Amino acid sequence: MSDNSNPQRILTDQDIQQITRAEELAYELKVEEVMSRDVQCLHPDMLMHDALELFRTKRISGAPVTCDSSLCGVVSMEDLIRCLLKQDLDARISDYMTPNPFFIHPQDPVIEALKLFVSTRHGRLPVVDQDRKVVGILTKGDITAGLLRALQKDFHAEELRRYRASHLFEDIVSDRTSLILRYQIKPRDFSHGGAASSNIKRALLRLGATPNIARRCGIAAYEAEMNLIIHTTNGGMIRVEIEPHQITIEASDDGPGIRDIDLAMQPGYSTASEEIRELGFGAGMGLVNIKRCVDQFRLESTWGKGTRLKVRIFMKPEESAA
Amino acid sequence: MNLNELSGLINGKFLNNTKPSMKEIKGAFAADLMSDVLATIQPHAVLITGLCNPQVVRTAVMADVTAIVLVRGKQPPQETIDLADEEAIPLISTPLGMFEVCGKLYVAGVSSLEQVIHPDDCDCG
Repeated sequence: MSDNSNPQRILTDQDIQQITRAEELAYELKVEEVMSRDVQCLHPDMLMHDALELFRTKRISGAPVTCDSSLCGVVSMEDLIRCLLKQDLDARISDYMTPNPFFIHPQDPVIEALKLFVSTRHGRLPVVDQDRKVVGILTKGDITAGLLRALQKDFHAEELRRYRASHLFEDIVSDRTSLILRYQIKPRDFSHGGAASSNIKRALLRLGATPNIARRCGIAAYEAEMNLIIHTTNGGMIRVEIEPHQITIEASDDGPGIRDIDLAMQPGYSTASEEIRELGFGAGMGLVNIKRCVDQFRLESTWGKGTRLKVRIFMKPEESAA
Repeated sequence: MNLNELSGLINGKFLNNTKPSMKEIKGAFAADLMSDVLATIQPHAVLITGLCNPQVVRTAVMADVTAIVLVRGKQPPQETIDLADEEAIPLISTPLGMFEVCGKLYVAGVSSLEQVIHPDDCDCG
């Protein structure tokens, strides 16, 4: 009993992520992506004997019935059993088929088909186009196979990227290998604010950095990026150097510079305008946040000349990016 | 509690196409200052905020936020919704105010994912 009282306890984070992705896919995948296109149709004037032969040779348990190439019924194993019990195999299919059956369209999301399977308790759904012409057939097995295929494709695409990237440092031999990413940041470009940092974080994850390291670098880069957007006259440059043992982030600009670095480092001190505060920034926490996220912090500035921020995050052996 | 249940609790409406409604909620965090979020939020939190510019989504990406709840029935600009889609972060709009949202979730047992800051590290105010 106690095992059932809290089923969530047996679900790990990974399980939940998998379930979530499968559920998302049920909304994303279209019926046409998972259905079987090789569909065997019957005609109302054919005999139930033909249905039996079709089921037996093709090893299927149901088939759509079409009149003038549009869907008019389905014959299932149940219909066939009814017919067999009456020893009535010479009857016409129209006598035993289920007329006006449920169907689904190729463009519908898979979740709609799942709902129909649950509500109708049918084992298969004919897939028809707008003219009711049968273009495929869908079983629960098709959906399961389709979801698995999609999950695997997803997994492979990101795994492949990660695999290629994470072997970068091993595959290239030098006395000291590093990867340098550069981003030009425009002043006042609020709508793209954070785009560079998103790319930096993604790159680090692909290179095999732990989520914790990627998060710390992402936050430091983001605050630095927003500072360049908010405060600089001509924008600036973010340069990230990735090495197996450390990540160095540099943000530099050519003005206006910081008048008093000690003051700028005080939590809550800000020179930002009301407009910038409305964006949720300029609370005087940016530099403080950066410092909190990094292992080494250096800030140099000359008023009228520009500012140069250089921070480092060291990888512990178990957190190595390569 | 999963995201669907959380949304139901606060009369929420999903604004974008990501629907990971089974996602379990580890806790929540509320702020309008993005720097506060970046400074103190723990990973995998639901971010409750009154801000609805794209920076909210960027902040969420950096801070590994699970979902964003926009309070007071705010309709974010399309670029925010597009960015949330791109980054696969669910965006939920609720007609309730921030205080009420926090209250309801707290009573329902959602825990706070705000890091306690050591007094030495905070000399503001």
